[in-house]
Amino acid sequence: MSRPVAWWLAVGWIGYAILPWYAIEAGFWGFSWLPGWFDANNAPALVQSFAYGRWWLLPVALALLAPLALLGWSKDEPGVARLLIVVGTAGLAWLVLQGFAVGLKGWSFGWMESLFGPLGNRQFGMGYGALLVAGCFIVLLTQGLAGLGYFQGDGFTAGSIGVIIATIAAFVFYPVFIVLVSAAQDNQGNFAPALFVSKILDQEIWGLDCVYSSLRCGVAWNSLFLAVLVGVGTTVLGLAFALVAVRSGFRFKRILRVLTVLPIITPPFVIGLAVILMFGRSGAVTMLLSEHFGIAPSRWIYGLPGVFMAQMLAFTPIAFLVMIGVVQGISPSLEEAALTLRADRWRTFKTVSLPLMRPGLANAFLLGFIESLADFGNPLVLGGNYDVLSTKIFFAVVGAQHDQGRAAVLSIILLVFTLSAFYAQRQWLGKKSYATVTGKGDAGLPVPLPARAHLFAYGLAVPWALFTAVVYVMILLGGFVQSMGRNHDFTLRHYVAAFQVGWTEHGIHFSGAAWNSFWTTLEISLLAAPLTAALGLLTAYVLVRQKFAGKDAFEFGTMLSFAIPGTVIGISYILAFNTPPIELTGTGVILVICFIFRNMPVGVRAGIAAMSQIDKSLDEASLTLGARSFTTMRRIIMPLLRPAVVASLVYAFVRAMTAVSAVIFLVTAQYEMATAYIVGRVEAGDYGLAIAYCSALIVVMIVAILLIQVLVGERKLGRRSAAAPISSEIQGSAAA
Amino acid sequence: MQFGKIVAAVGSLAVLMGMSAGASAQGSLNLYCANQEEWCRAVVAAFEKKTGIKVNMTRKSSGEWYAQVKAEASNPKGDVWWAGTGDPHLQAGEEGLLEPYKSPMLAELQDWAVRQAEQSGYKTVGVYAGALGFGYNTDQLKKKGLTELKCWSDLLDPKLKGEVQVADPNASGTSYTMLATMVQLMGEDKGFDYLKSMHKNVNQYTKSGAAPAKATALGETTVGITFMHDMVTEISRGAPIKVIAPCEGTGYEIGGMSLIKGARNMDNAKKWYDWVISVEAQTELVKAGSFQVQSNKNAPTHPLAPKLGEIKLINYDFKKYGSSAERQRLLSKWGKDVKALPN
Repeated sequence: MSRPVAWWLAVGWIGYAILPWYAIEAGFWGFSWLPGWFDANNAPALVQSFAYGRWWLLPVALALLAPLALLGWSKDEPGVARLLIVVGTAGLAWLVLQGFAVGLKGWSFGWMESLFGPLGNRQFGMGYGALLVAGCFIVLLTQGLAGLGYFQGDGFTAGSIGVIIATIAAFVFYPVFIVLVSAAQDNQGNFAPALFVSKILDQEIWGLDCVYSSLRCGVAWNSLFLAVLVGVGTTVLGLAFALVAVRSGFRFKRILRVLTVLPIITPPFVIGLAVILMFGRSGAVTMLLSEHFGIAPSRWIYGLPGVFMAQMLAFTPIAFLVMIGVVQGISPSLEEAALTLRADRWRTFKTVSLPLMRPGLANAFLLGFIESLADFGNPLVLGGNYDVLSTKIFFAVVGAQHDQGRAAVLSIILLVFTLSAFYAQRQWLGKKSYATVTGKGDAGLPVPLPARAHLFAYGLAVPWALFTAVVYVMILLGGFVQSMGRNHDFTLRHYVAAFQVGWTEHGIHFSGAAWNSFWTTLEISLLAAPLTAALGLLTAYVLVRQKFAGKDAFEFGTMLSFAIPGTVIGISYILAFNTPPIELTGTGVILVICFIFRNMPVGVRAGIAAMSQIDKSLDEASLTLGARSFTTMRRIIMPLLRPAVVASLVYAFVRAMTAVSAVIFLVTAQYEMATAYIVGRVEAGDYGLAIAYCSALIVVMIVAILLIQVLVGERKLGRRSAAAPISSEIQGSAAA
Repeated sequence: MQFGKIVAAVGSLAVLMGMSAGASAQGSLNLYCANQEEWCRAVVAAFEKKTGIKVNMTRKSSGEWYAQVKAEASNPKGDVWWAGTGDPHLQAGEEGLLEPYKSPMLAELQDWAVRQAEQSGYKTVGVYAGALGFGYNTDQLKKKGLTELKCWSDLLDPKLKGEVQVADPNASGTSYTMLATMVQLMGEDKGFDYLKSMHKNVNQYTKSGAAPAKATALGETTVGITFMHDMVTEISRGAPIKVIAPCEGTGYEIGGMSLIKGARNMDNAKKWYDWVISVEAQTELVKAGSFQVQSNKNAPTHPLAPKLGEIKLINYDFKKYGSSAERQRLLSKWGKDVKALPN
């Protein structure tokens, strides 16, 4: 038997016979179970099944025993591989089955009670032990598949795919399935297909009245229109910023980079608030215009213009982060070749550089489009009467209607939009090759931008950067004045209220109102970010580099959680994880998991965009030299992927710090998140403290981003830079 | 290798995260609070000090709590759901999510608070009341050439076109109270006629019930329709607002409190329940700046708070207009007949 299988079998036995099988009440990190190791709550499965009458855990032991007979055999023997598959599948199936069949009150389903009689026993949510055993079964199954020659016989690839599929099934499909089922139910939980049809065909959703009259259009069209606008807008701006940052002699690149990253690290409703303070009817800009030019103050900002402006501010950085990796990756050799063939600079840009950016453009658009559809904070603050799906969904759940079915119906529509965009993007990219980072000598000089592209990039990026800067000055100032818009006297009271630190006899006492949520947020985000990035990039690697049946469905599954609005994710997590088999509500773990699966798709997209530029021959060279896929990934691909690593780490961290709609249902007194707290302050009209808290968060995130960049480092492509003398860069290899 | 560093950093962080919940001898209580944050904190602190019970308080809006209590029904995590407008409490009671409880303190409460308990089969109780009204920004009103507004009918003045803000009743319980008030005050047909006429003056149907108060304070709108205490909150922060109890009469809300069915700390929950409707607790609330009328007969009222006795209140039928069937009907009628109209 191969080493990984033996290893994981040992892990499985540890999980089954030593660690507590059920979740520990003190939480994932609590070790209070150690003293009472063998009592009914903390005992491992082996003890549970004999001493506490939980006989349904016994068959698990059978599945763990069977492979022991195979020690010493190779997994590539077809017979051994088949047995591994059977054992892994049976073990997993039994775990799931018993988990759903036996719950907190005995049998989970009425028909089981009538069939088998009362159980007289119960079980709680699964814990460490169950987790390890499940992991063991997944490895057995995938190693078996690899042994039969699936996934090119590669154990690492098979295992990765197995783990990704299992976690996505548990933390995306299962909760989403539960919430979508409620689309076809009435408020009492009865099956009502007619109600579903009437809800989904509602005039409020699909009405087209705005085309031919002054009436409003349906909310679906509103969302779609806004998302397309934002998708195109952020892509164009992102491209402009990337060109300025990578291909121009712009002197303030660093400032530009910081400015473009600022909006991504700001809770969205704060941008909305700043936009109101500038362009609202009593806003600073509005007042200036009215005093000097006699333009009457109006409420034009509330509605499409305001939401569009705020979303552009908020999402351009995401497009930028995707585009910058792509623009950096374009091989100068190809551009040089075009110039040598007598194309002028503009033609080179149009026919060589731009087409090579296609994966970046498509991914940037897709992200902007989806972000806009799922965005909740900006439409909430600035939407006016321009309703969009995400706010409608939120208020269908928490508003006066209390209609979860309607929320589920609206979510389905939102999902269909996102998936269509996803499909269209795939069609546009087609099957062309975009690889430009190869193992061959690549010593070209980046071609200076043609005048037109130069003008385009500067003309867009510089004014937008200035605008962003002004917005941030407003936000920073807001924390230091008594009451923004009314009383502009300087004060520190908002910061004192939030972040007061006192000394007591026990040492430092963090007495400010914000500390509790601040520490929790930091902890959860720091845990979630590396896990998110790792899972995202692993998925990207599998998607780009491996061929296997059902790859498209797999890719779709990894993108799904991104397409679902946060509110729906939040509600679905409560519905799915409040009762066994997986009981997570009220813990910090549920927040971490929620962030991982919600933000992973960005890592996937960034990874795919960057990886499709790296020539496969590099991997092949590594594999030919005897490295396994894991080593290849670690030594060859990862260093070349540094921009994507930075992008996904930064994104994962920042999104965990700033997410609102998903976490609002998951926070508890013990695990309160900063954003949920800030929303409460905004609701209470305490803008000063909200803005002060946001400013503090922004500073923390800037520090974190800088740290990430230092830790991960830059990707060093062996190319000449225009300033460097040619002789110092002879090696010409792409590996850093 | 940089990744090694990251892994090490994360690993050491994970070890540092030994989280433990301190358990006190008196046990604990999971409180779902829908009041304003500082009021929640003030009353929780007083309760902890008095009883030694550790309170895990989380604040969310009433609608969010309703959604959460419903989602958690098969394995409740909360014990008491305190404050927030009464309708979601009534609805949760209707759906069997709440535990009936006849508190010995009921005798001390105002009639409207007890009526709420009786109508719901003692599944919820009134903890405060607040009247619906509107407020106007005095600076903005002057610019419009108007001197004062007194009645609901004044809001139909063509000079106020695009100057009135109110929440969307589909999203906000406050605004649903307004819809139900108009129907009860003027009759269904005339009430809807009024809302249709007012629609011409409405600049925005906001999502949150108290949002028009903030917009009025900032001068983003001239008139905002909210509960009167929301406007008073802005006035107490220095906003140029005048708050009005409409001359025709007006409706009101009763804030609710309920015990969650299957609560794990039911005894402590009942202790909280009894205590929070006592004079002591409600005095604490008023001190913390609550501008609502408290439910205990002997509790004081904030000097700035609107006096219910001086307001012409309608006989609001919470049973009928709180039921989900009637609410769905009125809301969908409002959506079709009022909101769909051009401005």
